[in-house]
Amino acid sequence: MSEKKEYKVIGTRPIRHDGVDKVTGRALYGADFQIAGLLHGRVLRSPHAHARIVSIDTSRAEAYPGVKGIVTAQDLPDPADKVADLGEGAVNLKYLCDNILARDKVLYKGHAVAAVAATSPHIAEEACTLIDVAYEVLPPVLEVRQAMEPDAPLLHENLKTTSLGETADEPSNVASHLQYKKGAPEKGFAEADVVIEREFVTGTVHQGYIEPHNATALYNPDGHLTIWCSTQGAFTVREQVAEILQYPISKIKVVPMEIGGGFGGKISVYIKPVAALLAMKTGKPVKVLMNRTDVFEGTGPTPASYIRVKMGATKAGKVTAAEAYLAFEAGAYPGSPVGPGAMCIFAPYNIENVLIDGYDVVVNKPKTAPYRAPGATNAAFGSETILDELAERLEIDPLEIRLMNGAKEGDRRADGPIYPRIGYIETVEAAKQHPHYAAPNGKKHHGRGVASGFWFNIGLESSVTINVNVDGTINLVEGSTDIGGTRASIAMQAAEVLGIPAESVNPSVVDTNSVGYTAVTGGSRTTYATGYAAYEAAQDVKRQMIARAAKLWEVDEANVQFADGEFSCINGKEEQISFRDLCARLGETGGPVVGSGTVNPGGAGGAFATHVVDVEVDEETGKVEILRYTATQDAGKAIHPSYVEGQIQGGVVQGIGWALNEEYIYDAEGTMTNASFLDYRMPTCLDLPMIDTVIVEVPNPGHPYGVRGVGEVPIIPPPAAIANAIYDAVGIRMTELPMSPERLLKAIGTI
Amino acid sequence: MAIKSHVQTTINGETVEFLCESRQSLLEVLRDELHLTGAKEGCNNGNCGACSVILDGRLVNSCLVLGVETEGKSVETIEGLAAPDKLHPIQDAFLENAALQCGICTPGFIMSTKALLDSNPNPTEHEIRYWLAGNLCRCTGYDKIVRAVQDAAKASA
Ligand code: FES
Ligand code: FES
Repeated sequence: MSEKKEYKVIGTRPIRHDGVDKVTGRALYGADFQIAGLLHGRVLRSPHAHARIVSIDTSRAEAYPGVKGIVTAQDLPDPADKVADLGEGAVNLKYLCDNILARDKVLYKGHAVAAVAATSPHIAEEACTLIDVAYEVLPPVLEVRQAMEPDAPLLHENLKTTSLGETADEPSNVASHLQYKKGAPEKGFAEADVVIEREFVTGTVHQGYIEPHNATALYNPDGHLTIWCSTQGAFTVREQVAEILQYPISKIKVVPMEIGGGFGGKISVYIKPVAALLAMKTGKPVKVLMNRTDVFEGTGPTPASYIRVKMGATKAGKVTAAEAYLAFEAGAYPGSPVGPGAMCIFAPYNIENVLIDGYDVVVNKPKTAPYRAPGATNAAFGSETILDELAERLEIDPLEIRLMNGAKEGDRRADGPIYPRIGYIETVEAAKQHPHYAAPNGKKHHGRGVASGFWFNIGLESSVTINVNVDGTINLVEGSTDIGGTRASIAMQAAEVLGIPAESVNPSVVDTNSVGYTAVTGGSRTTYATGYAAYEAAQDVKRQMIARAAKLWEVDEANVQFADGEFSCINGKEEQISFRDLCARLGETGGPVVGSGTVNPGGAGGAFATHVVDVEVDEETGKVEILRYTATQDAGKAIHPSYVEGQIQGGVVQGIGWALNEEYIYDAEGTMTNASFLDYRMPTCLDLPMIDTVIVEVPNPGHPYGVRGVGEVPIIPPPAAIANAIYDAVGIRMTELPMSPERLLKAIGTI
Repeated sequence: MAIKSHVQTTINGETVEFLCESRQSLLEVLRDELHLTGAKEGCNNGNCGACSVILDGRLVNSCLVLGVETEGKSVETIEGLAAPDKLHPIQDAFLENAALQCGICTPGFIMSTKALLDSNPNPTEHEIRYWLAGNLCRCTGYDKIVRAVQDAAKASA
């Protein structure tokens, strides 16, 4: 492995900068925002999964005491006008707008239809019941394979399948078909000694962030619109609101409040444009909050899917060919993550012959949204189960078969890219060497399973400004919402450059008027890309400070060097000054120092993970108990190891929930019957053991400190790893998620 | 007839008077009337624990208690835990163990932990997990939260 660099700040575990605010209840999240004269908004939602809106009569609600304003889709600019101008983009704009407030049709139970602003949330809620909406109820289609049938009810009369660049003539619920091909799959399967093919089904699951969506909007007579909200990206809120309201970006300011979890689910806007419309209509600040049922029924879950996977291998364990068919539910509007699912499905392996087909299909469920490595968990459930079965049939250890076929630098993924330096093999080795893998596992109904996962990670734009203080500290201004400790991981990278302690950095996440453009906190990009911008901003500060030292000593800048927090003169004069002391002399050497860094880095560097899990299956109740869990992951370089471990542990547990319990349960009319935290069963701490983590560090060549994104990949392996462990325990291959007690009992034959 | 009732209660040791409608929950009163927004709403129906406070020594979900029910009672919220210049040991333990990511669940977990340690200063891992099962955290996977509670118990011993 490459030589280990020595760092002073990176790799340590300082207390996070926003920590005290968050343990004292002082941190202000979106719903905590208060402002004088505040009105409260509430959204009326469709009781039907599929219906035409015949009429909306708001007169009774308008007359209700305390009601100050009501909006419907009629208050949104009509995106239909834009069709001629914008072509393809206009179609998307229409979908975007219709999802905010339905115009002609409601496409899922919970679809927003109207909104009321009133003097109290209770009055707004009561007024919603006084809005008369006449619907013509249509038959819903609730499952991806049914939606693909030629005679299925159509959600969109104008939606036509785009398949490999060609658009069909007839409307369909299939929005698109994509394909990745490498080598000659038929030939590869002919070379195989064992070929295994299975079908898999996964349920609709929700990100399950604990904080519901929220937005407070204020509109001034000069046309300036301010929105306070919790979001994964203030700038993307600004963009989406501008587009939906056809309003200039320069007149919108988005203030990101603290955010109570997102996992991909707080990128799309829902109530933010609605709050803005209500504020424009009433001239008063309006706060709109979702309740938990709204969150389940009205915001993007991640898709249910139908998946077929076929893999073949030689007796020696070489995988010769792999094929996958992925059909994902997009929800009410096109745009499921079937693309990333298709790109990730065989990504951990170097397979010569691959064919992957993906279908994006609309159904009468909420429009899906990203959820932690979107698409990849569904896909890996299929491929990692089949690989386990191949290993078993060939009597090869499941980690060994992964080592034999594992992707390395220079290998090409089925969708095209060639891997730079990656750490997949290292994660498998780490799992193999972990005491967990050697521990005995022979008890009746106990089983052990392994699985791996890959996620791309992304770069995108980030901006950071650093203001140097006279006392040797710095104020770091950034635009990335801090969902899980990124103020610390970003500040630490700047601190490392400047040779100051992490505690000498004051990081702030600021509004869209106060920092350069910064893309969403998503794609595991924040510590990587905003950290990179902080590194660049700190380098800028360093350059300017070197110039100041040179000025102070009346030498050439080339004669000043900076190391370990000290500036020194390397030629001639015996001069030395610490970063801190030089900060005190900025006034006399030219004034304040402000550094800035902006990036759009291309080398995010993929992340790999390999997990080992032990389970116990209760054949009487169908309950699967997680006895032990170990997750290995390549983090490139862990800036703050505690928060890297935390990301891994959190991802694993979301994956466990997805594997065993979580799903949207629908009745025949398309109503979700379990839209509460009681019935949509997320893991509690009683359901779990400690989650062991092993951080492998194979530096990413695309980042100055070698950082790779860490947030998403840990959710990918758990469902397959647990399915493989269940097989080891009771000899049954589970092919449907979640592997709930009921499904397990049916599979075992108990019921 | 007046719509709002007058209520007198003790919050974090201070006598507090407020007006509230009978349908307003304690959570709503704390947040919207008294601007004590440390208690969070995650579900409003008793299933997430984000709104946990201690009412007359007992851990409750404040979304399931009515504001008017607190007449003459004593409420402890997250805002009352730290001294002006010193965090409570549970708060320190959460920070040192990195037991929070987004932090929305944290006030609830800390109040829950306080109630646990008040009644059982030396809980086993299983007792901790059993007690905290009413608090949902979607970010951490609970590992570091459980360790923080173990550390807090040690620190208070
Ligand atoms: S908000 Fe009270 S338990 Fe969830
Ligand atoms: S830290 Fe986010 S829910 Fe617990």
